[in-house]
Amino acid sequence: MGKKIELLDVDSKQIMNDIKKAASPPEEVEHWVTIYVMGKPYRVPAGLTIMKALEYAGYRFIRSSGCRAGFCGACATVYRKKGEYRFRTALACQTTVEDEMYLSQIPFVPANKATYDIDKIEPTPTTLLEYYPEIARCVSCNTCTKACPQELDVMYYIQYGIRGDIKKVAELSFDCIQCGLCTLRCPAEIQHYHMAQLARRLYGKYYQPKSKWLERRLKEINSGIYEKPYEKLEKIREDPEAIKELYYKILYEGREKENKLVEDPLEHMGED
Amino acid sequence: MTLKLIGGYPEYMRESIEMVEKTREMRIKEKEKEKELALTAEERKEVLNKFHPDYAPGGKRELRVGVNQGEIVPNEVADILEAWPALNPDEVDLNDIDYDVDILVIGGGGAGTVAALWANYEGIPAENILIATKLRHGDANSMMAQGGIQAADRPWDSPIIHYLDVLGGGHFANKHELVKALTEDAPKIIKWHEELGVMYDKDEKGNFIERWGGGTSRRRMHSAKDYTGMEIMRVIRDEARNREIPVLEFSPAVELITTEDGEIGGAILWNMETKEYYVVRAKSTVLATGGWGRLHIRGFPTTNHYGATADGLVMAYRAGARLRDLESVQYHPTGAAYPEQIVGQLITEKVRAMGATPVNKYGERFVFPMEPRDVEASMFIRECFGKGNCVKTPTGMHGIWLDSPMIEELQGEGAIHKNLDAMYRMFKKFGIDMTKDPILVFPTLHYQNGGVEINANAQVLKGNGTPYPRFFAGGEVEGGVHGKNRLMGNSLLDYNVFGRRAGISAAKVARNSGKPGKLTLKHVKLFTEEVKRINVPPERRSPILLPDYRGKRVLARKIDLPVMQ
Repeated sequence: MGKKIELLDVDSKQIMNDIKKAASPPEEVEHWVTIYVMGKPYRVPAGLTIMKALEYAGYRFIRSSGCRAGFCGACATVYRKKGEYRFRTALACQTTVEDEMYLSQIPFVPANKATYDIDKIEPTPTTLLEYYPEIARCVSCNTCTKACPQELDVMYYIQYGIRGDIKKVAELSFDCIQCGLCTLRCPAEIQHYHMAQLARRLYGKYYQPKSKWLERRLKEINSGIYEKPYEKLEKIREDPEAIKELYYKILYEGREKENKLVEDPLEHMGED
Repeated sequence: MTLKLIGGYPEYMRESIEMVEKTREMRIKEKEKEKELALTAEERKEVLNKFHPDYAPGGKRELRVGVNQGEIVPNEVADILEAWPALNPDEVDLNDIDYDVDILVIGGGGAGTVAALWANYEGIPAENILIATKLRHGDANSMMAQGGIQAADRPWDSPIIHYLDVLGGGHFANKHELVKALTEDAPKIIKWHEELGVMYDKDEKGNFIERWGGGTSRRRMHSAKDYTGMEIMRVIRDEARNREIPVLEFSPAVELITTEDGEIGGAILWNMETKEYYVVRAKSTVLATGGWGRLHIRGFPTTNHYGATADGLVMAYRAGARLRDLESVQYHPTGAAYPEQIVGQLITEKVRAMGATPVNKYGERFVFPMEPRDVEASMFIRECFGKGNCVKTPTGMHGIWLDSPMIEELQGEGAIHKNLDAMYRMFKKFGIDMTKDPILVFPTLHYQNGGVEINANAQVLKGNGTPYPRFFAGGEVEGGVHGKNRLMGNSLLDYNVFGRRAGISAAKVARNSGKPGKLTLKHVKLFTEEVKRINVPPERRSPILLPDYRGKRVLARKIDLPVMQ
């Protein structure tokens, strides 16, 4: 063994069992809350997410559960707390249950997406309005922003959309998970998240400059200059020790030199 | 009484955080020295053998049925491969075809969507393609990948070096033709994304901002903040919608259909809401069902989406496809270990790539932050359970710190907001500010390294090694690309490269051949006979489609009444 790590005498199987136990939900529940699932009361452990609390209560999802990590927008949820006038929105997988939540999940959002050919569309100050004219109906009530579980400035990007500022719409909407809560709440019937998707694609395609390095690499690949090195690699692999040696050499040298490295990588390919 | 929290952490965890703060300045100053902690080949082996869940005894067994009989796989995987078919073949009428299409794509995540798009580019009309998927279009691990996608496009990098990284990361077990395809196609894929309008992080000249990934020898990670997977997935989904490619949601395939002449001729779908089945006949079939995270191998938490239950492996195996590299499971070193609400969720490798160092409860560093994932994960487990230097959470989870505030110091204030907004947002929802406090992590079940074996045309191979002419696979369900361990940034790449190749190959078949031969489910019956032989409990059926997280109390009182079925 090298100098960096000491040898440890351990029972690996026991360690795995310990991990399994550590990762299981605790058997004993100390704190409870009562939630109302579509009006029905259930007692669930405090500290669970809304999604896990519903499962604890006996619900098995088909809809309204997707990535379970805040990226897909499948678990849009609306709720009120007892005695409050305020209407709240959340992602069930990212929100902790609270006592006396009255919950309902939104399994589907009816919204229409414009269809377009991204290669033929022309990004002008009126493009967004052409495809989503309803954005002009925005009454600046800010309800969409309040509804957004990602805390995006939805109303702002709609306003930028009206003004034709595609870049601003793209940037402000970038973290949108397309759950549709903005669209459900909008009194002006705007379909925010679809408009924002168009803006981002226009920005990515027409406003961001193209990579020259990428172009160059594609030319190289298409010219076939890598075919021989690939063949050579296949041959080197016949000798397990030789390929390992090459791998570690490239790995360690690369980490050392990455920032200054400009030599021809093919030089590392050995003989010939 | 609920536990009192300060900035999201209980007081006793705060004590450990103070120790982390004390060593931070020194660790930042000596950041470059972390390289010295990188392990040699022998040291890697020692650590893997003792601390990686794949190597530790007791987690696997020999398969007793099917093509790969005698090979070792995780117990949880053996359980579903050796299970009774959920579908009774006698209950379906194959003569009554509901969808008669050119191409059936099973799975509506990244690989399936890319396959459908490229089949369409190749001239197959949208209406002759059908995507069938278990959840919604895009509810997939593809949507969740945060860190990035690899492609060797800088002048001092090359597809050849990328190949070597993939190979070494995969313990030299990868299939040559697949690694070649992966690394050679990578720049083409990035170009395609540029044309589609994917908003990658770029500098003002248009070149990509590229970062380190674990186990890579060059910076070649392309990203879109820490929503890379989401950005790519929503763009390709948008494109599929523009092209009006039909998608059937909540209708997973539950069994492949074979033909009398030994081919694949489509699949049986099951509408999970109405419970009716659909017969799909297809000239070519693309399997893009993703991976197995929700099997919770060895009891680990997972980063995976709700539907990651390895249905594709089960169906393909029954139809006679060969599986490979299934004994190796990828555990991502950094899953959230605290708070309880998000245990297992992915903390992107980019957090380490941007400078956060893993440290133990005393604030000591103990590992080079950029080892390949299996080595990094083993070192975390070693520090926790081998040396006892981890922090225990109030619910009993163990974890080590990832010192995220270092990022702000190293890369400038605001770097976390700018690059790791998803992470920041996730922790903030639970009261933790990762720009000021470290976050607690532990390895989490992340990826199915192996799968259904394919060739460079994405054709699935039969038990005897010859390809099925009409059956293709792409994405996490297939195996051979990553050998025994996948590197960061190669999964998004994989589904694009092999989704594309599957789509092109499937289109070629659809253009050049007639309808498949007479449809049959004979293979399901034959497989059932095999299962009969080995004494499997009657309730063990697969594909399982979705995991079951219902509370024990409810399940103990659950009864099925013979009405309303």
